[in-house]
Parts: sequence; structure tokens; C-alpha cells
Amino acid sequence: MSNNDDKLNILVFTCNWCAYAGADLAGVSRLQMPTEFRQIRTMCSARVDPEFILYAFKNGADGVMVAGCHPGDCHYIGGNYRTRRRMALLKLLLQQFGLNPKRFRLEWVSAGEGQKFAQVINEFVNEIKELGPSPYRKKQEVRDAG
Amino acid sequence: MPDKKKITLALKRGASCVGCDIAVVNFSEKLFDLIEVADIVFSPTLLDVKYDDLIKMPDKSITIGLYHGAVRNSDNEEFAKIMREKCQILIAYGACAHLGGIPGLANVSNRAKIFETVYKKTFSTDNPEGIYPQTEWTDEKGHKLTLPEFYDEVYALDDVVDVDYYVPACPPTHVMNMQILNLIKGWVEGKLELPPKGSVIAEEKTLCDECPRNPGKGKKIKIDKLRLITEVEPDPEKCFLEQGILCLGPATRAGCGAPCIEANMPCRGCMGPTSRVMDQGGSMLSALASIFGVSENELELSEEDIEKFVSQMKDPLGCFYRFSLPKSLLRRVVQDE
Repeated sequence: MSNNDDKLNILVFTCNWCAYAGADLAGVSRLQMPTEFRQIRTMCSARVDPEFILYAFKNGADGVMVAGCHPGDCHYIGGNYRTRRRMALLKLLLQQFGLNPKRFRLEWVSAGEGQKFAQVINEFVNEIKELGPSPYRKKQEVRDAG
Repeated sequence: MPDKKKITLALKRGASCVGCDIAVVNFSEKLFDLIEVADIVFSPTLLDVKYDDLIKMPDKSITIGLYHGAVRNSDNEEFAKIMREKCQILIAYGACAHLGGIPGLANVSNRAKIFETVYKKTFSTDNPEGIYPQTEWTDEKGHKLTLPEFYDEVYALDDVVDVDYYVPACPPTHVMNMQILNLIKGWVEGKLELPPKGSVIAEEKTLCDECPRNPGKGKKIKIDKLRLITEVEPDPEKCFLEQGILCLGPATRAGCGAPCIEANMPCRGCMGPTSRVMDQGGSMLSALASIFGVSENELELSEEDIEKFVSQMKDPLGCFYRFSLPKSLLRRVVQDE
């Protein structure tokens, strides 16, 4: 990810069956969305290991969003039930690490909710813009071994 | 195989509680087996030696150096570098040198905050002028006194020098010491090859894998309530997580011989993560969140209900990263304006 201060690094994990299709719909519907975010598709939102999000923040992400199917609609029946427990706990952990809770967000977007996807992305990107770069970007210097 | 029949050994500590020196004593009668193959040439705790003795030794003259303790100040770093110069093989011995350990929890704070608490705010401190320790001071006669510089964050040994092997745990257990002893003996006698550089001298699996309480494959654990070990008397046979007691077994490397579990205490994670994961806390977080039971009325639960439910887990950072904060992905707490 870029360490350039002017450009924000916003990462969005979308599940293959709902949120990614929702994002696709937002795209083909030509809804206006900011260009600052990068999207990663996973088969299920439960595939998003909390480690991935910690890794993203370590490597200079300013905001991370996880989007999956609405509760009850998971393609794998109960994947998103796991996701919401993990992400709620991760949110507590990130707060303890000193990050603003707004930098991390969990959203449910169905395949038909292109409009919602665009709205959520707009909101999220604007919030991150207000917050500015993550403090972990400045904390990159690790002592060289040897 | 080393060049000589008998090798030399040095022990040096950094930011440590000296428990690791005591762990060497925990070789018990096998300490004589160690002394048979190795001369201990430097160890401030066991021998009457001075730092100058170490500095005067020729480079690479010590076969194996055990460094225990984290790197908290400039003195720790200086001696870590001296040990690296003097020793052919440098081993990070114990959780602090390996991952930062308990001193590494200071990374939730920083130098300014720690100084303020210690030299200003504590009840027993009387410091109206706000004097902090200085790294250098000269008296009127020109005598110069120095103190090491206190760093803003705590580092593990391999953040400041190149490390050959790691021995985890707080402190390394007898079982682990025996493994090192066999390795050293075998190597000196030319029977064993040393493991590849960068190896952690322990198992590659998690503690659950060797835990006698593991309920076995196919048995799902589901909990609704977290209990504190201080509040309940744990069942001595049953898996701690099944009883709702936080145990770091699923995210911790095996190889310690599980002495805590035997004493009916849950794992606290001093062996650090396995090589397959990036972050011990992230790994434990996944494991714990996955056993929080999914109920039949799941659809009626709002995100707030879930947040309330997981907030039973108090202090996730302190519990998940108790021994590994300086070597975790995020390393330290920051301030987000």
C-alpha cells in the first residue's frame, strides 16, 4: 500500500455472494462512488481472518470495511454469524490499540442493494477523509537487525 | 560439530526478571551434563564476572550465547550487540527475548507517559520541579556520570540484532531445557546437526494438539458465558474453554510440556504463536469468537446485542498479547486524533 500522505488507503472486503454482487450492481447502475477504496473479494465474510485486518492496518490502511450477506442470508448458512462475533471482538481490540473505531466497519449488503453499497462507501470514505491518515503509517520504523 | 571438544557458554540479561537465569538452574542435576560439554564463561548471576570481561573477550570466542530479556533501553541494546559480536551462535532465550514478553506490555504506553506516572504522579513521589532522569551529568569537578537511554517502546532481541535460534516460554521449562541440552550435547559429540537458522526450539503445533484435556475431533465447543479463573474452581479434567475460561491453547505453540494445564491453570500464551500465523492475538481472537455460541434466536439479535455479548471479554489486548505485543502485527498502541 502507498505511504503517500495525500492518498488514502481504504480496503473493502466483500463476500462473493452478496456484497460483491451488490458492489457490481452499484457499478453497472453507474452510481457515483469515490475512487479511494480497493476491494478484495472473498468467498464468505467469515473468510476474512481478523489477522488480515490487523495486517492491513500494519501496512498502512487508513480504514477497513468488511461487507457480507445480511444475517440469515449467508450462502454457507451461518458464516456471517461467525463474522459478526469476530468483528465485534476485533473492534474492541482495535480500540485498545488506540485506533478510532470509525476506521473499521462491518456492513451487510445484499446482491440487490447496489444503492446501499454506494451509500455506505460514500459515508465510509468521507469519514476516513475527515480522520486523515492512520497513526500506524507513521509508526512504520522498526529497528534494523544486525 | 564445533572445532573443540568443549564449547563455551555465556548468559546475559536485558530487561528481564532473571527468571530465565533461574530456569537454567532448572536443568537440575542435568546441569552437570551441560557443564561436561560446556564451560560457562560469562554469567553475571552465576559467576563473579564484570561487563569488561565480556567486552575484552575476542570476537566469536564464545560458542553459544543465551540472551534473555527484552530490549528496553540503550544498555540492553548495546549488550545485545556485544553478545552478537562475541558469540558464534546467539539464542533468544525465554519469552522476553523471543517476543518482548511481559516487559513488552509497556508498549500500551510510551516513554512520556511512563515517566510522568513514575516520576510525577505516583502517591509517594515528591518532585515539584519535575526532574526526570538524565542520560548524562557532570559534577563541578568534571566527573561524568551516565545512565542508559530509556526507549519509547520495547523491542524483542531480533529487532536489534541478528538471532540464530529462539527458545520460547516464560520461563523455558525443564522439558525444553532437556531438548536444548540434547541438541547441544549431540552437536558437540558430532552426532546431531543444528536446526536451520531462525528455528524456534519447540513444537510446530498448537498447545491444544498435545493437551490431555482436548475433547477430541468432532466435538464442538460452544460457550455462552466467559468466566474468570479467579471466580470459579475449574474442573481438573475438562477443557478450559469448554468451561468458559479463557485459555490461549488454540493460539499458542506447543512444546512446553503443559505444566500450567497440569496445575489446573489455563494457558496464558507465553510460548507465542506458531509459525503458521502472523499474530497470536488475531489467532486467539478468531478462536474465541468462533466458540461464542450461535443461538436459535440469532436473527433477532442486533449488532449491539452481539457487541454486548463479546464485551464479556475484558481487556482483549492484554490477554491475547500478554507475552507477544512487541512482535505482534501492530506492535504498540498509538493515538488517533
